[in-house]
Amino acid sequence: MYDFNTVSELINLAEKKQISIAEVVINREEELTEKSKVEIKGRMKENLKVMREAIKKGLTEDITSMSGLTGGDAKLVETVRKNGEAITGNIVSQAISRALAVSEVNASMGKIVAVPTAGSCGILPGALLTIADDNNVEFDRIIEALFVASGIGIIISEQASVAGASGGCQAECGSASSMTAGAITYLLGGSNEQIANAVAISLKNILGLVCDPVAGLVEVPCIKRNAMGASNALTAAEMALAGVESIIPADEVIVAMKKVGDSLPNELKETSLGGLATTPTGCKIKEKLSDNS
Amino acid sequence: MSSLSAFNTIGPIMVGPSSSHTAGAVRIGNLAREIVGNDIKEVKVYFHGSFKETYQGHGTDKALIGGLIGFSTENELIKKSFEIAKEKGIKFEFKAIDLDNVHPNTLKLELTDINNEQTTIVASSVGGGSVVVTKLNNIKVELKGDYYTLITRHQDQPGMVAKISNVLQNYDLNIAKMKVLREKKGSLATAIIDLDQKIEDDILDLIEKIPQVKSTKLVNPIE
Repeated sequence: MYDFNTVSELINLAEKKQISIAEVVINREEELTEKSKVEIKGRMKENLKVMREAIKKGLTEDITSMSGLTGGDAKLVETVRKNGEAITGNIVSQAISRALAVSEVNASMGKIVAVPTAGSCGILPGALLTIADDNNVEFDRIIEALFVASGIGIIISEQASVAGASGGCQAECGSASSMTAGAITYLLGGSNEQIANAVAISLKNILGLVCDPVAGLVEVPCIKRNAMGASNALTAAEMALAGVESIIPADEVIVAMKKVGDSLPNELKETSLGGLATTPTGCKIKEKLSDNS
Repeated sequence: MSSLSAFNTIGPIMVGPSSSHTAGAVRIGNLAREIVGNDIKEVKVYFHGSFKETYQGHGTDKALIGGLIGFSTENELIKKSFEIAKEKGIKFEFKAIDLDNVHPNTLKLELTDINNEQTTIVASSVGGGSVVVTKLNNIKVELKGDYYTLITRHQDQPGMVAKISNVLQNYDLNIAKMKVLREKKGSLATAIIDLDQKIEDDILDLIEKIPQVKSTKLVNPIE
């Protein structure tokens, strides 16, 4: 049996069977769905393809959201990066522009992969694929890293939540950032403990973040928070790979995230009744959009 | 073991921007199409709650029409579903409604198929793209599109469920889930029977021949 509900169970299982975390997640999927490994990996390859297409689309085409509120920010950042003027360096800048690109494609009814949700879909492609490309990581290893991210997502879904409506933005962008940090650490050959540290550090950094979408749309502040989630994943992976340890273990951070989510008032959990949604500008935008409908 | 697949957290592939307000609306459209079972020529859509407030910004309207045409949640043509529906001669309009005591993401559909048959559906998008039809032609139901579902309307009297399940058992059709609902004792009751396998027409005929069974309906699962 390849069942796991916590990060420590996942690592123990990998060590007991002397296989990688990615293989544990793939073997679990095989047991759960009775599908072949080839089929399972093929499905992940399809996900990767869609991620790549969304990045390309967001960076090359003129994108406007359905509401007309957002679009074009990915290109602005990409232009600065290509001109060699990025103040955060090439890697962080590219992760930001790609995360924005995918999120903008999402807001314009384009095709994306929900990771773990549509609202946080830019974080993993933005950060993970930037690191993969910069290091010329082979294709199969990227697929494995995606299964590592999936495994972390399963654990967070089981122990806490990945829905903004139940846990706030920390549950959506926080989980996505955490999945990404763990996947990057795996991708670059980090140990299982380092992967757990990356998961813990990235989630700790976003703990408490509220879900307060203006006019109820997955646009403001969601798109920019995807850029933040991508750079946070890089920050956490950088620390974990350097040997920095999380004082609070990953599994305890995940439970803390759940408890913080439970304590958040409903106004700050995707209802658009608080936070940025009820700022004067947020209210004005909402009014303007409902006048149009 | 938890039933969550690796593709629940990396996936599904979908057109944005929202799993509940866009992908969910596509799946409601898909399920309505299965329920009607024929091409649709006209639909009136009534949006309630959060759907009513945000349907344009989330493309809920386009997603729903796309779903009714038969597009899956990842079809990029959803964005152009209005134009495509018009080319097919499908009439559609959107209105606001206040439905009592329902999920915030709920809508009502009044559908007319090419044979002028009318169907009314109330459905909710309950998160992550999951949907449930709660009313079908003003009868309480619970349809999620995850099984081959047999719906029967029959006299509410002892032994009815056994009679129906006997037929299914004789043909090795496994009941995954079953729910019996009724408005009041002794009136017509509705059985919603989720099956692991598709039910063939000749077996359905046998169920329809049970004297107390007034009508039956089959709904195929959606993606």
